[in-house]
Amino acid sequence: MATAGSLKDTLKTRMGITNSESAARLEEIPEDLMTKCDNCGTLLVTKDWLRDLKVCSRCGYHARLSAPERIELLVDPDSFQEWDTSLAPRDPLHFPGYQEKRTAAQVKTHLKDSCVTGAATLEERPIAIGATDFRFMGGSMGSVFGEKVTRLLERALEEKRPAIMVISTGGARMQEGLLSLMQMAKTSAAVARLQNAGVPYIVVLTDPSTAGVQASFASLGDVIMAEPGATIGFTGARVIEQNLKIRLPKDFQSSEFQMEHGQLDLIVPRAKLKETITQFLGLLLD
Amino acid sequence: MLSRWLPFEKPLVEIEEQIEELKRLAARENLDLSDKVRRLEDHKRAVMEQMFAELTPWEKVQMARHPKRPYPLDYIGALCSEWLELHGDRAYGDDGAIVAGFGRFSGRAVAIVGNQKGRDTKERQERNFGQASPEGLRKAERVMELAARYGRPIISLVDTPGAACSPDAEERGISEAIAHSQLIMSQLPVPIIVVITGEGCSGGAIATALGDRVLMLEHSYYSVISPEGCASILYRDPAKAPESAEALNITAEDALRLHIIEEVIPEPLGGAHRDFGLMCKSLGATLERHLGELSQIPGPQLIEQRYARFRRLGDFEEQPSVAHPELNGNGPKEAASQLNGL
Ligand SMILES: [Zn+2]
Repeated sequence: MATAGSLKDTLKTRMGITNSESAARLEEIPEDLMTKCDNCGTLLVTKDWLRDLKVCSRCGYHARLSAPERIELLVDPDSFQEWDTSLAPRDPLHFPGYQEKRTAAQVKTHLKDSCVTGAATLEERPIAIGATDFRFMGGSMGSVFGEKVTRLLERALEEKRPAIMVISTGGARMQEGLLSLMQMAKTSAAVARLQNAGVPYIVVLTDPSTAGVQASFASLGDVIMAEPGATIGFTGARVIEQNLKIRLPKDFQSSEFQMEHGQLDLIVPRAKLKETITQFLGLLLD
Repeated sequence: MLSRWLPFEKPLVEIEEQIEELKRLAARENLDLSDKVRRLEDHKRAVMEQMFAELTPWEKVQMARHPKRPYPLDYIGALCSEWLELHGDRAYGDDGAIVAGFGRFSGRAVAIVGNQKGRDTKERQERNFGQASPEGLRKAERVMELAARYGRPIISLVDTPGAACSPDAEERGISEAIAHSQLIMSQLPVPIIVVITGEGCSGGAIATALGDRVLMLEHSYYSVISPEGCASILYRDPAKAPESAEALNITAEDALRLHIIEEVIPEPLGGAHRDFGLMCKSLGATLERHLGELSQIPGPQLIEQRYARFRRLGDFEEQPSVAHPELNGNGPKEAASQLNGL
C-alpha cells in the first residue's frame, strides 16, 4: 500500500488542486481515507475496500491478510479461543540475525511466531482453525509453527472437530535448519492420522503458498481451495528461470494455473470462502 | 587427475605423486625402495587422518557431491544377492532420478528406493542429477506400499540436491508428491530404514526420509536448503555457501546432536569412494543390525513409534501465555474487526 503522503499527492494531481487553500483542506483528510490497490494502482475508498475484505473492486486483487484477520473472516463472531499461546521460538542453531529478525516481527505483529491456531465455531459447528501470517518472517515454518499445526491436527482428531488451515507462507524457516525440515514430516504424519479417523481437513491456499509448507500438510487437505490470483508452488518461479535459463509465463503458479493442472479443487473468492467451507462440511457430515 | 581431488585435498596430491614416482623409479631401475614408499604412505595416512577428521561443513558438502561418490545402485549391486528394479508410476512416466525395486539383502527380501544421480553427462541428464520428479516419488510410493502389503522391510537411500526444479514438475504437482510420500511412509506397517548416503537436501530428501531409523554416512549432509540457496537469501551471494553451510548445521554430527538421526556410519579414510568394499561392509552390517531390531516390532507399534519419533522433533519454549489482542473475543480488535464490522 502506498503511504498516505503519496496518496494525497496523487489526489491533488487528480483533482487538479493547485491553490493552497484546497490543498490545506485536503491535508485534513484522515490518512487512511484512501487505499491504493497493489496490483492495478486504483485508488479505493478505504472504507469500501475494507467492506470488500481487502479485495480490489476494480481488478479483483486479493490483498494479503494477517492471521488474525483470516480467522475473524472465517469463524462465527467472538467464537475464537486461541490455543497454545505460550509456545515461543528459540534459536537452536544460533543462526546469524535470527533473533533480531524474529524480535522485529514480534513487535510488528504482536505474535510470538508465524502461526495462530485455536478453536472456534463455523455456523455453530465446532472447528479447529489455524492461519499463518506472512508478515512474520514470510509466514515461514519453524518448530513453533510445526508444533502448533501438529497440535491442532491432534486436537481436531481427539475432539472430532473439522480442521481448517489457511496458508500464507514462503516455506520452511531456514534459520532453524533441519528442525524446520522435520516439521514437514511431523505435520504430514499428523494429517494421515486425521484421515484415518475420518475427520475432515480443509486447506485454504492464499498468496503465497510455496516450498516446504506446500510440500507437506498444505497439499494434503481433503479439499484444497485457493483464493484467486494466489501464487502456489514448490520452487519459486525466479529460481526455475535462473536454473533452466528460461522465461516463464506471467501466470505461472497462479491459482488459475494450478487449477488447470489439477492441483486444486476450487478457486473461491474471499467473500465466498466461509459459505463454501460451511457447505462442504455439511455435505461431508450432515 | 584433477577430478580425483577436491580443493582441500591438495596437500595429498604431492605425497601421492611422490609415492608414484618412487614406485616408477623402483620398477625402472630395479631398486628396492619399499622402505621409503612405506614411510611416505604412513605420512600420507597421518595427513589424511587429520584432514578428514577436521572437515568443515562446506568440505563435507563437497565430499557428499564427489563425482566418485557411490550411488544407491552401487550399494544395491554390492549388498544384494538379487535385485529386480521396478519402473513407472502407472500414471505418467518413469523417472530415472528414483530407483525402486526389490532385492535380497543378507538373505532377507527387502524393498529399496533411492535417488540415483549419473556418472557421465548423458546419464546425469537422464537421471536429472538425482532430482526426483513427481512421477519418481509416486513410483517410490507404489513400491513402498507393495512392500508393506507383503511385509517386506524398506531401505531408503537418500542422495539428492533437491526435488526436480522445472515447470513440468510444478505442473504435475511436485509439492503434492513430496507431501503424499511423507504421509504414506508415516503409515506403513513395516520397518523403514533411511540412510543419507550423499546429499540430503530439502523437500526432495525428506520426501523419502520418514523412517523408523534415519542414519547418515560420515561425509554426507542433510539440510533444509542448499548452502548456495541459503547464501543467496542470507548474503545475496551464492559464493558465501561455505558460511551458510556452517550456519545451517548440516553435518552428520549436527544432525546427531539435534536428535534428527540415530547414528553416523563411519566412512573409510578419505571417503566412501576410496574404499568402496570397506564402506559396503560397514553399511551392510549397520543395516543388518537395525533390520534385526526393527523386525521384532509388530507393524502397528512401528507406526506409533515412527509417529512419536518425528512428533518430538522441534525446539521451542513455553513463555507466559498472551492471547493476541485482535482475537479471542476481548481486547481492542483493530484490523481484524474492521473487516467484519463495516
Ligand atoms: Zn486493483
